[in-house]
Amino acid sequence: MTEYVIRFLVGGTVVSAFAMLGDLLRPKSFAGLFGAAPSVALATLGIAVYQHGAGYAALQTQAMIAGAIALAVYSVVVCHLLVRAKLRAVTATLMSLVVWLIVALGLLIVAGGQT
Amino acid sequence: MSPIRFSPSSLKEGRWYEYLIRFALGGAATVFTGLVSSRYGAFIGGLFLALPAIFCATATLIEKHEIRRKSEAGLAGERRGQMAAAVDSAGTGLGAIGMLAFAIVFSFTAGSSIAAAFMGASFAWLVVSVTAWYVRRKARSVRRVRTVQEGSASSIRRGR
Repeated sequence: MTEYVIRFLVGGTVVSAFAMLGDLLRPKSFAGLFGAAPSVALATLGIAVYQHGAGYAALQTQAMIAGAIALAVYSVVVCHLLVRAKLRAVTATLMSLVVWLIVALGLLIVAGGQT
Repeated sequence: MSPIRFSPSSLKEGRWYEYLIRFALGGAATVFTGLVSSRYGAFIGGLFLALPAIFCATATLIEKHEIRRKSEAGLAGERRGQMAAAVDSAGTGLGAIGMLAFAIVFSFTAGSSIAAAFMGASFAWLVVSVTAWYVRRKARSVRRVRTVQEGSASSIRRGR
């Protein structure tokens, strides 16, 4: 239980720090870079190294490669849904999560990664 | 002159509960990744290190702030809000290339030195993201200039 409380606090702090930095920067397209900041990754990998060692964290980042490619596809889909389909941000971002999941899992299957 | 600047006033636009939501989402995403890793293994859990959970909140807040700003001026800001969120998501797409660089550098260097892995991966994220953003910005401005030049050339020809 304590582990998850620590995870929550560390994750919340790192994510908030990057999000606030994104709020402070202009133009908006540059601030958007911080939407893909590895904030959850930094918090999670720090805890993973402490608990399980460097090998475990390295394995996680190998799968993260697929997640990052899926994130790029996700961002393009969100952008098109907002501009062309004129959806609200909450609808576009939540609907596109399905795209992220399909692309990420698809890449993982193609890579044949199983532990 | 650098096109990148700080805008401290934008922090005032945010409400306290919006920061609380982002903190909670960030914490929840980290807990979720930990739960997936312990249930399905490090490899599947690692996938969720790039989960765009925070982006959903950020894009919604950007849209909301834009709508609020326009409504204070007595205007409907829905479309403007959508466009602002779209610009942010285009930036996130470029940031994802940086995140890809982060993951590659970390996975290659973690075996030799964990401190170097964290520093090298973070540096790779920053350099690749900013470079991608800069290249896109330059490409767009070149395309814009070319479009203007083509437009004026065709109107000169029509004038003759």
